[in-house]
Amino acid sequence: MHDTTTISDPALNIEHLRKDFPILDQTIYGSPLVYLDNAATTQKPEAVLKAMDDYYHTINSNVHRGVHYLSQRATEAYEGSRQKIADFINARHNHEIIFTRGTTEAINLVAASFGKKFLQAGDSILVSAVEHHSNIVPWQLICEEKGATLRVIPVDDNGELILHDLHRLLEGVKLVAFNYVSNSLGIINPVKHIISTAHSYNIPVLLDAAQAVQHMEVDVQDLDVDFLAFSSHKLYGPTGIGVLYGKEEWLNQLPPYQGGGEMIKTVTFEKTTYNDLPYKFEAGTPDMAGAIGLGAAIDYILGLGIRNVRQAEHNLMTYALDTLQDVQGIRFIGKADSANRAGVISFLVGDIHPFDLGEILDKQGIAVRTGHHCAQPVMDRYCIPGTVRASLAVYNNREDVDRLAAGIRKAAKLLLG
Amino acid sequence: MTIQEEQQEIIADFEYLLNWDDKYEYIIQLGKELPLIDSRYKTEDNLIRGCQSRVWLHADFLDGKLSFTADSDAIITKGLVSLVIKVLSGHTPKEIVDAEITFIEAIGLSSHLSPTRSNGLLSMLKQIKLYALAYQAKSVHS
Ligand SMILES: Cc1ncc(COP(=O)(O)O)c(C=O)c1O
Repeated sequence: MHDTTTISDPALNIEHLRKDFPILDQTIYGSPLVYLDNAATTQKPEAVLKAMDDYYHTINSNVHRGVHYLSQRATEAYEGSRQKIADFINARHNHEIIFTRGTTEAINLVAASFGKKFLQAGDSILVSAVEHHSNIVPWQLICEEKGATLRVIPVDDNGELILHDLHRLLEGVKLVAFNYVSNSLGIINPVKHIISTAHSYNIPVLLDAAQAVQHMEVDVQDLDVDFLAFSSHKLYGPTGIGVLYGKEEWLNQLPPYQGGGEMIKTVTFEKTTYNDLPYKFEAGTPDMAGAIGLGAAIDYILGLGIRNVRQAEHNLMTYALDTLQDVQGIRFIGKADSANRAGVISFLVGDIHPFDLGEILDKQGIAVRTGHHCAQPVMDRYCIPGTVRASLAVYNNREDVDRLAAGIRKAAKLLLG
Repeated sequence: MTIQEEQQEIIADFEYLLNWDDKYEYIIQLGKELPLIDSRYKTEDNLIRGCQSRVWLHADFLDGKLSFTADSDAIITKGLVSLVIKVLSGHTPKEIVDAEITFIEAIGLSSHLSPTRSNGLLSMLKQIKLYALAYQAKSVHS
């Protein structure tokens, strides 16, 4: 099926690139799969699957431990991935890259270790009103333990953060944690402005980049961000691995998060000395195959060109907003403007419950997410039970968007009777 | 009709519906026939929380038999709730406790019973069984 309208971007041949993702080529309840749940997790290109398969077939062995050949090869590959990640986000040093299980663990690490050392009763942590639960609950836990409070940057009806009170909100704050792109609304936040304002009071910033790194260039030095977290599985890589970036000067000040092998220099029952960065924060045998898979995913994206990805997705987002706008009764949550939006479109149709709409879309082979998207405070802010969320990846095409629009119309007809 | 006969009848009805859209159209229609819960019972206490859709359930016990009224904010769930009530209302606590609900799977909507879906239907079935158990215990002791 070669529809010329689906070739939307000259720099990337989407039809060609789709073949790199074998999972896309299947039928669901008799219809070709339309996968629009990419903000939850992206599909993996063949190159990532092969890298992990090769790892287990040829060099599997525990890293950093053995004198033997395989262990050295595995260590090289594992550390090679760390270097790729450092280059990908332009970290100054590769030991500023800590492997974690994902965004959630990266944020928990900073909340626990930073909180332990720097947070005292009466202090505050500042988050935004559009955070994923992963960037709320870890802070609540440490605040509760320390007698600190959680403060919230409010959001307006367009899904944009209200920042005119930021200076006042920053009083007594020890750390600011917020997302680059919100997973429930897809709005790109003014990160540089918030970071520089926080820095003017010497307050460090953690950026949840789980919904950013797959869609746009992220340069930690240019952002001057202190901590940054993301997950491999939303970036075309495997599940179970993710990244915490931290500025060396911050990571050196934080106490370890977990204890175990790998993270120590010497252990006696009286006193243990900790290993250097990054190993201080990597207790236990790491996810070697995962790290190597993530390295392969980054190679894949760099092969496409992250700017080309951004351009292709932006074009498709513009097309999607235009196309969906024509669906009767549709209501976008957050301003329907593609310039300031990445990946995600959250919407409701008439008074149809998102769950009903999601189920009828599913029956047509269309995968979307319904519900509160682990961002319940966002839904409360807009007084809605949840939304239907369609989220794009580089392999989505105009046909996917057309199928979604037709699917919604069919569902509305059925549900509204 | 016994609970089993009620279920057989529903399964037979659905056998005529060959396409998924016909099936859903019918379920949505059934939602409109649901004996709606009186608004004074539509309270937090009677709310069965699923992650995605909500169900309110109220039980009445009269002449040894239980009957149910309900509501849901999702229309497909409401249709299924309506079917469950059609099957179970008007039976004794013992009959309800002993009943095995098989029709949801038989009509191809078993995904609604999956705990990962947590849309309220499964919790509602559990709640109905709990009411029945409670009334059964009461009638044994009195
Ligand atoms: C903005 C944001 N933060 C955090 C997370 C949590 O990521 P993970 O579950 O991979 O740890 C997600 C994923 O849903 C997200 O979208």
